[in-house]
Amino acid sequence: MKINILAFGIAKDIFGNSSISVELTNDATVYNLKYSLEKQYPRLKQLASYMIAVNNEYALTEDTIHPSDEIAIIPPVSGG
Amino acid sequence: MSTFNTYPLQTNIQISAQPLHIQSCIDWIMSPESGGIDIFIGTVRNATKGKTVVRLEFEAYEKMALAEMEKIAVQAGEKWPVQKLLLHHRTGVLAVGEVPVIIAVSAAHRAAAFEACRYVIDTLKETVPIWKKEIFEDGEVWVAAHP
Repeated sequence: MKINILAFGIAKDIFGNSSISVELTNDATVYNLKYSLEKQYPRLKQLASYMIAVNNEYALTEDTIHPSDEIAIIPPVSGG
Repeated sequence: MSTFNTYPLQTNIQISAQPLHIQSCIDWIMSPESGGIDIFIGTVRNATKGKTVVRLEFEAYEKMALAEMEKIAVQAGEKWPVQKLLLHHRTGVLAVGEVPVIIAVSAAHRAAAFEACRYVIDTLKETVPIWKKEIFEDGEVWVAAHP
């Protein structure tokens, strides 16, 4: 399945775009997504941390991703 | 704690690309039931670790940020007997002295207002998907991105 990933902050700079699309297997988890992203964009591994949000909620690495989900990469936040 | 949950918590949560209005936040938070109001105003500082800051740029994942801000308000309402809670965050380009964030909390007694206000700003900085880029005279950096 093809998944669209929204990017913010430094993740947008790393991807060179505010969204990218990633090809994943149908039963892919957040862990699989992070693995795939880090392979394609090794600079992600230099971040202090980053999270994946699924449908506007922080996701756990074992959560399954569905084609209709809204997925975003959340680099370390720094509001306020 | 006898006033706890006497009133349902009223929240006022916004993300805006327009300048925040301190006085209208104060007007909203005032009420005859409250005995104390605590207001936190975040402002853009002119330097970080000795380096001159030219401006800040804030970016939000707006839908999720609003949901996380609402969660923080609800949590504050569960932890302390607060009556009203306002949380406004700015996005876009901000000059030194401008206001990226306003938090206002009202309660019957001051301790709850102080503690809840601090909880809201501290938690916002940890969980709300908003990002700040510092622009210096000789470069720029996404705050907290790297260890």
